Amino acid sequence: MSSYPDSVSEIELSNVHKAFRLDGRLVTALGGVNLTARSGEFVVLIGPSGCGKSTLLNIICGLMEPDSGEVLLDGRPVQNRTGLLGYMLQKDLLLPWRKVLDNVILGPEISGLDRKAARQEAERLMPHFGLEGFEHSYPATLSGGMRQRTALLRTFLCRRNAMLLDEPFGALDALTRRGLQEWLLDVWSQFRQTILFVTHDVDEAVYLADRVYVMTSRPGRIKLELNVPLPRPRSRDMITSTGFADLKKQLLVSLETE
Amino acid sequence: MKVEENQAASAQTTDSSSVANLRVPLGTRPLRLLQRYAPPLVLMLSLFIAWQVGTWLTQVPKWLLPSPWQIIVAGVEASDLLGPHTWQTLKETWLGLGLSLVVGLALALVMDFSALLRRTLYPLLVASQTVPILALAPLLIIWFGYGILPKVIVVALVCFFPIVVSTADGLRVADPDLVALLRAMGANRRQIFFKVRLPGAVPSFFSGLKIAITYSVVGAVIGEWVGASRGLGIFMIRSSKNFLTDRVFAAIAVTSILSIIMFVAVVILERCLLPWYYAHREDVWEEV
Ligand SMILES: Nc1ncnc2c1ncn2[C@@H]1O[C@H](COP(=O)(O)OP(=O)(O)OP(=O)(O)O)[C@@H](O)[C@H]1O
Ligand SMILES: [Mg+2]
Repeated sequence: MSSYPDSVSEIELSNVHKAFRLDGRLVTALGGVNLTARSGEFVVLIGPSGCGKSTLLNIICGLMEPDSGEVLLDGRPVQNRTGLLGYMLQKDLLLPWRKVLDNVILGPEISGLDRKAARQEAERLMPHFGLEGFEHSYPATLSGGMRQRTALLRTFLCRRNAMLLDEPFGALDALTRRGLQEWLLDVWSQFRQTILFVTHDVDEAVYLADRVYVMTSRPGRIKLELNVPLPRPRSRDMITSTGFADLKKQLLVSLETE
Repeated sequence: MKVEENQAASAQTTDSSSVANLRVPLGTRPLRLLQRYAPPLVLMLSLFIAWQVGTWLTQVPKWLLPSPWQIIVAGVEASDLLGPHTWQTLKETWLGLGLSLVVGLALALVMDFSALLRRTLYPLLVASQTVPILALAPLLIIWFGYGILPKVIVVALVCFFPIVVSTADGLRVADPDLVALLRAMGANRRQIFFKVRLPGAVPSFFSGLKIAITYSVVGAVIGEWVGASRGLGIFMIRSSKNFLTDRVFAAIAVTSILSIIMFVAVVILERCLLPWYYAHREDVWEEV
């Protein structure tokens, strides 16, 4: 039930380097990143702004190639990686000429699947994302949070075994954010996709993750790998538990010494 | 989760009902239209009145400068003549526009397809716009005769440039992040073109088309000046040779009105085809 064709579920980076040329200067964004997300694992990546998190995701999904190092998907180096993973970029990037409903079925459409079936499924999920009643609105008329939820639904409907989510809840209010965190954990417990999730929010990191990677500021490297042994399913009461506070503290200390 | 869902749901209902409340009742719509269009209409009207009064006070002869009223009278009196001439000019305009659309869009696509072709063609396109039309028109008559073809070519020559440039630019400036997203989703070049770049270029295309439309009728008239048996251009030439200045002005008025009508038609078409382009949150507020 959790397996989609043409998709992979295990991500491994070994010693990935990436530099950009900016106004003639060479900016090293990634300085040797090692990271693993095993099948069905919820991995969170946290780090200061500009440390190369988005660059890392761009490399994983095949939009860029690393200068050196390797990206292994299901244990193999894959030349043409695009289309194998679900990717939600930091910007919502909705197509302004499409209504919400037609925006979210972009993935199935590109895969050549039946649009009508995709629409029906999308309509069924609208209430979960708080988008009910806005199926036929243009993105320009939506609030920032609604646009981001639309983008998240679009990523989910791509139906990939692994998803890269770049600050998906960044622009949301605390309430919607919590609702969607739980929705995401719920979906994930059913479908067990591999998730690599980027965030700035320490609470969010601990609440969602099996494992958290902390990155250093530029050039980005992995500074700390922290297992989150809290039981699943997670509940809100855990946030006040000492175990939670302990993990959170370790992350904060690691981030503050940046 | 339950509680939050409910809260989210109730937030939505207030959301959508407040949008509905902002809908202005139909009764005030004419008022809004009046507010929008009254200023330009008043300005135009005052200019015409000033003109009318001016010619009346100075008693300037009709063959030198007719008054607006005399122009209207002349236009109505000559309507039997003006009708067929106008129709001829319209035919040339539409054929020319059609040709410029075909050629312009094809060129824009070709230039989008290859950067090399783009660099090769662009200077040539710019050069084509530096040729004085009035010098070229007689040559076109020598080459293609006195028929409709040279006029159609003149119109197309005037109109295709804004169409090519605006469409090519529209295709080129597609949001690179959007293109990246589609690539990450596994889309091929064709899918990226049809799902992102082409729809994104349509507003820009319409900007070009609006410029082209404004020039098109004048293009046809210029094409006729040089040599034609029918059309508003030749009507103007004949009238001015006979010092029927009021008829010249009547023909000018018809030319302007045709241009304006065609422009408005394109604007309406654009509004219908691009609802998303005009769907902005601000619009809701503007209506209050
Ligand atoms: N295409 C690019 N060309 C040049 N420089 C780039 C490019 N992409 C990223 N960079 C640079 O690489 C560095 C890392 O950028 P990146 O967007 O990956 O950071 P980030 O960790 O995602 O930051 P944030 O948390 O603010 O989103 C930055 O210094 C940025 O300027
Ligand atoms: Mg980023």
